[in-house]
Amino acid sequence: MSVLPYLVVAWLVLCGLYGIVTSRNLVHLVICLSVVQSSTYVLLLAIGYRKHGLAPIFVDISPHSPVVDPVMQALTLTDIVVEATVSALLLALTVQAKKRFGSVDPAELDPLKG
Amino acid sequence: MTVLQVVALALVAAGGTAVVATRDPLRQAMVVGIFGLSLAALFLVFQAPDVALSQIVVGTVALPVLILFTLAKLKAIEGDEEDDE
Amino acid sequence: MSLAVRRRVFLVAAAGFGALIVWGLTGLPDFGVEIGHLGTRIAHAAVPERHVTAAVSAINFDYRAFDTLGEEFILFTAAAGVALLLRSGRGERERPHIDASPDRQVPETSDLVRVFGVGLIGFTLLLGLYVVFHGHLTPGGGFQGGVVLAAAVLVVYLAGEWVSAGRLRPVAAMEALEATGAAGFAALGLAGLVAGRAFFQNVLPLGRSGQLLSGGTIPLGNLTVGLEVMGALLLVFSEFLEQALLLRRRS
Repeated sequence: MSVLPYLVVAWLVLCGLYGIVTSRNLVHLVICLSVVQSSTYVLLLAIGYRKHGLAPIFVDISPHSPVVDPVMQALTLTDIVVEATVSALLLALTVQAKKRFGSVDPAELDPLKG
Repeated sequence: MTVLQVVALALVAAGGTAVVATRDPLRQAMVVGIFGLSLAALFLVFQAPDVALSQIVVGTVALPVLILFTLAKLKAIEGDEEDDE
Repeated sequence: MSLAVRRRVFLVAAAGFGALIVWGLTGLPDFGVEIGHLGTRIAHAAVPERHVTAAVSAINFDYRAFDTLGEEFILFTAAAGVALLLRSGRGERERPHIDASPDRQVPETSDLVRVFGVGLIGFTLLLGLYVVFHGHLTPGGGFQGGVVLAAAVLVVYLAGEWVSAGRLRPVAAMEALEATGAAGFAALGLAGLVAGRAFFQNVLPLGRSGQLLSGGTIPLGNLTVGLEVMGALLLVFSEFLEQALLLRRRS
């Protein structure tokens, strides 16, 4: 059972990649990419998890109690914010593709037209 | 590993599959919000309330709203092009 | 390449890639085992050293603040990129717009949505401010609170006339907000240098841990990042909304 989180990570990566490869709509593709990225959150937090660890908030627990790894959580926080900005940028590019090529189907984007 | 963690992991795996399997981006905007919530639940049982909070605001507010705005904009461009013809 | 061929090629590649990922990931230490002591050390140092109770905030805005600065500039650049992309070509469409179907029915915002929305604005703003200002004490902080604050402005859009929301979204003010936040956070880092210490080293009194005014520069870091995130998101939202705004105002 101790590898279950890692299996979920692998599943999310492959699932999202499948969506990207078979996508017929750039908006759908961007959302599938966000699924791939969400696998990294699960991986980072799974690595940072400690058995019987508490959340690293020392409001009502002793400053020496065992806690889960806060560095991994800080990394994941960064990851989430970056994912939001990447999605915004890619969606703006999708709008631009629609303006230029009149379509959001990746198969209809002619590389020579650019 | 606790039962809650196993359940949350299963929900996340199912949610990710559902997001990819939904082909209509408008529906996907809703499904991705629910997937975001299941991720937030997973982060809570992984003892990461900071990350859960940030996943809730980004995954269920910012991302779906951005997708909806993009779809509205794509539709508006389509309307403009029809006007031109 | 047709879709069916593409799917088949992917499935072959994915089988190999998947096997590789699973092989690599299952080689990691078991779930729940402590890997290295850095995390625990930092977590236990946060209260005695920095007088903050939320260890993640201490890491984001002190121990790894330099990293957060980089992340902030990613956000700043991405917002600028979105604005640049969506503004390009806007000029060519700014001819007098002829509505093809002037008498189509546009659904009015219902009174119920409007009343609830107006009620929600205050609560959402308050929640956002709470999350920003308690970032060093409880879960939350500038990133989360900034998004909530931006959402409060979105509620105005949901509840109200677009015209009034239009008055509430002056793009210049959003840009100023975003730039102030980003510059403020960088200035916090420079303050350490000016005081003759390391970049982002604390220069303010630490106070008593658990109180609102404690943690030195960490609450200020939360505040500046909150402003930046709010400004960046609002800027991105309003760039995307430009077209929808025109449509609704016309009707």
